[in-house]
Amino acid sequence: MNTALQKVDQRKAHITLRVNGEEVEVSFAPYKTLLEVLREELDLTGTKHGCELGECGACAVLVDGEPLLSCLKLALECDGASIETVEGLAEGPELHPLQAAFSDHGGSQCGYCTPGVLMTAKGLLDREPNPSRERIKEALSGNLCRCTGYQQIVDSVADAARTLRERGVKA
Amino acid sequence: MSTAKRLDVIGHARRRVDGREKVTGQLRYADDMKLPRMLHMKLLRSSHPHALIEAIDTARAQAYPGVHLVLTGKDFPVPFGIMPVAQDEYPLAPEHVRYVGDPLAAVVATDEQTASAALQLIEVKYKPLPTIATPEEALAQPEVRIHDYTDVGNIHRNQAFEFGDVEEALSKSDHVFEDLFFYEGDNHMAMEQHASLARAEGEGKLTLWSSTQDPHYLHRQLARVLQMPAAHIRVIACDNGGGFGGKCDPAGHEFVVSKAALMLGRPVKICLTREEVFYLHRGRHPVLMKFRTGVTKDGKLTGMHLQTLLDGGAYGSHGPASTFYTGVLTPLTYELPRFKFDACRVFTNKPACGPKRGHGTPQPRFGQEVQLDKIAEMLKRDPAELRLNMVTQANSLTASWLKIGSNGLAECIRQVVAGSGWKQKHGKLPQGRGVGIACGSYMCGAGVSIYWNKMPHSGVQLALDRSGQVTVFCGATEIGQGSDDVLAAIVAETLGISTKEVRCITGDTGITPIDLGSYSSRVTIMMGNAALQAAGRARDMIVTAVAEQLEVLPESVVLSRGRVFAAGDAAKSMSFAEAVVYAESKFGTLGTVGSYTPPKPPGKFKAAGVGPSPAYSFSACVVEVEVDEHTGWINVPKVWIAHDIGRALNPVLARGQVIGGVYMGLGEALMEEQVFRRLPPKLSSALVHKIPSLLEYKSITSLDMPEVEVMLVEDPDPNCPFGAKEVGQGPLLPVMPAVANAIFDAVGVRIDEVPLTPEKVLRALHLKREGKNPRVGPERFPDVPYPEPTFVLPPGEGGDGNESKMAKRADRVMERSAS
Repeated sequence: MNTALQKVDQRKAHITLRVNGEEVEVSFAPYKTLLEVLREELDLTGTKHGCELGECGACAVLVDGEPLLSCLKLALECDGASIETVEGLAEGPELHPLQAAFSDHGGSQCGYCTPGVLMTAKGLLDREPNPSRERIKEALSGNLCRCTGYQQIVDSVADAARTLRERGVKA
Repeated sequence: MSTAKRLDVIGHARRRVDGREKVTGQLRYADDMKLPRMLHMKLLRSSHPHALIEAIDTARAQAYPGVHLVLTGKDFPVPFGIMPVAQDEYPLAPEHVRYVGDPLAAVVATDEQTASAALQLIEVKYKPLPTIATPEEALAQPEVRIHDYTDVGNIHRNQAFEFGDVEEALSKSDHVFEDLFFYEGDNHMAMEQHASLARAEGEGKLTLWSSTQDPHYLHRQLARVLQMPAAHIRVIACDNGGGFGGKCDPAGHEFVVSKAALMLGRPVKICLTREEVFYLHRGRHPVLMKFRTGVTKDGKLTGMHLQTLLDGGAYGSHGPASTFYTGVLTPLTYELPRFKFDACRVFTNKPACGPKRGHGTPQPRFGQEVQLDKIAEMLKRDPAELRLNMVTQANSLTASWLKIGSNGLAECIRQVVAGSGWKQKHGKLPQGRGVGIACGSYMCGAGVSIYWNKMPHSGVQLALDRSGQVTVFCGATEIGQGSDDVLAAIVAETLGISTKEVRCITGDTGITPIDLGSYSSRVTIMMGNAALQAAGRARDMIVTAVAEQLEVLPESVVLSRGRVFAAGDAAKSMSFAEAVVYAESKFGTLGTVGSYTPPKPPGKFKAAGVGPSPAYSFSACVVEVEVDEHTGWINVPKVWIAHDIGRALNPVLARGQVIGGVYMGLGEALMEEQVFRRLPPKLSSALVHKIPSLLEYKSITSLDMPEVEVMLVEDPDPNCPFGAKEVGQGPLLPVMPAVANAIFDAVGVRIDEVPLTPEKVLRALHLKREGKNPRVGPERFPDVPYPEPTFVLPPGEGGDGNESKMAKRADRVMERSAS
């Protein structure tokens, strides 16, 4: 066999992540993005992909509290980082106020963009508990949704912000 | 006390039954699936827009470490196509590639990376052929054959129908308006890319999980292409991450993963990249249109001759139906005594077009509604009043033999006019601001199946047991529109329980009764009616058993809010689960079925099956725009839309469908386009997709989206479950023409072409300043060899719905000899 036919080097990389509050060690082919590691190695398939090029926002997660497109981030760069995904939003059986609001107001139709939208919205509300509708739209402008026309998403985020403020707890 | 119970579930805002899985990330879409020993597949796609494959050498790919299988066109001798008359596509092209992106080989390997690397090692020798880029080229160059099964050159479908003598009607009209319009193609852009996972099971059986809207049609095509008994194949439609028509066609990769899994005895998965989704396409057809419309001086339509020319792309897809749909639904909204339409679909070397939300009807609706605006302007009539004065009536037949049931169009117009402040705004806003109005109508399900048969269009099976659990099985497919919620709601309402108590098992050809799929806005009506029948039968069994137990008349038994009780006697009451125990004791194991077949179409002429529906929805829309005359930029601050839905089963979801339709319509109106360009000659003059990515393919974001005020007009239709009509497609239709009409109101220019871009607005404003006709749009309509029309007398002229071979010809001959 000549060298051109040799398989690409896939010796695994190894890192530690804090995912939804739990420490995990994970080994993976070094070319993998954070999105691929979450979905393929950790079976956290809640985070979606719609373009793999950072164009649609479906893969948004929080890395150390910041919204980030996980399809554009090599997992290798995330060693020691704290990752929040949609799977970590609910507390036991109780939905996070964002999840409850999306359920009540039709913020989710096909549901495919929903995890990315929820995590981006959480990133916003963690920082700004009382955003205007314009501010919500701005924060979500990198998350494409093909079903809702966004109106019910904005309604949902505004409602969740209200609930969170009333509870006086941090999102 | 009356036993007619109020509605506990229907009409109330509820969380959808599948909502929790969606917001928690638990819902499994096709690409979220993973099976032990699973392999991955990638496709090699043609780099030529039109070529013969002279040779494919796969030896190096096959030898690449980690590769398990390489397949090419020779492994798939049987073609497929969703329409029986357009079976013109192979899972992998065997010898002839017809667009850049046409799949021709597949590699199955341990992972995607390996499969992609091995694809590079496949050597293909192409013999390039001349390419057809446009319908005009397709007509002008019949010697370049994209397919050899067509009768004439690259004409795929060509048809003509005439309902009453249209030329006569036009000649007697006070005015005849002749207008050309063009509607650019666009992509569904569902957020989920198509994915499929196949597994071989037992003795040569197959299970395929796929992002498909039509598992039943896919099932049939798999049996055909794989040459296997259909009974050995199970298709499971995973919840779709959006469909919009883009997952209706069986797709090449679905056959290839299936074959690979059967050959290897291991599960095989593929997920298309976004770029590949743009190649698979099946999106909106680009359509050139010519309208000749007669009107009386008091603003009534006398007749219309509509001609359409569809750019079909490289394959048949749903094309035969798409071609019809560019004409058949046109007469639904306004009284039109005579109607003729000629429609022609041609092949070009581009990705195949197919069904997208509104399937073939947004294009003519755009032309029709913009032309009406021109008619109103010329007659100095208010465009809303003009429309209101000619709306079709409930329980009427159109000239083209479509039976309209309930009809809330007039009410829709009144509500958007009132809600938007139309009368204070139209023609009265400052320069640069304007409002436009338009209407639309859509089917509640295609009245005839894609393949001819006499069986039901939807089946529902219900299982109940002593635990009180209710499981409902139906082949309908959840694509985000809320079909599971509709199913659960109808069953829950009928049995007097909550939707939380109903488990939905849907979209699985192995275990659910057949439903034809999530297309043509058919699910609520057809699945809903089947569910109503199945649940009604279960209810009857419960009522009989409980009446016996409580010693009351069956008529007095009420099922509501989880209780089964005798009306007027509080003591005689039990839980739903207890009631099921009595029913199971009396009747044995409980199960019921229901099915639905649409009524026969009133038209009897050949092809009268396209267009009829059990009911039609209606919509009216007012759009407000602000146009910057320096940049041409169009801003839409607000949209008002009224939709005649019959009844909203779940108002939260219904409103979501309406707003979503407006969103998609605004995208099409303002920016979305699937367009191509030729590479320079030194690069082969190949025809390539201009923008196969989400960054370049412009769509509306949260920042661009205006506020939408939704008005649901509820006038229950007797053909529909609880009166509920469709809402998934209709609300998109009036949006694009309403934007164009608003631009005219704002700056006095006509853009007769979608999308309505700033560049076109600027061009039109420039023409206006030069004193020329301030219009941008198509200038000419090519000579299309439309056939002699099928002539059918309208109901109002004594027709019986059959083709009338003699009546009109004789008149014409006499007229000609007299003149």
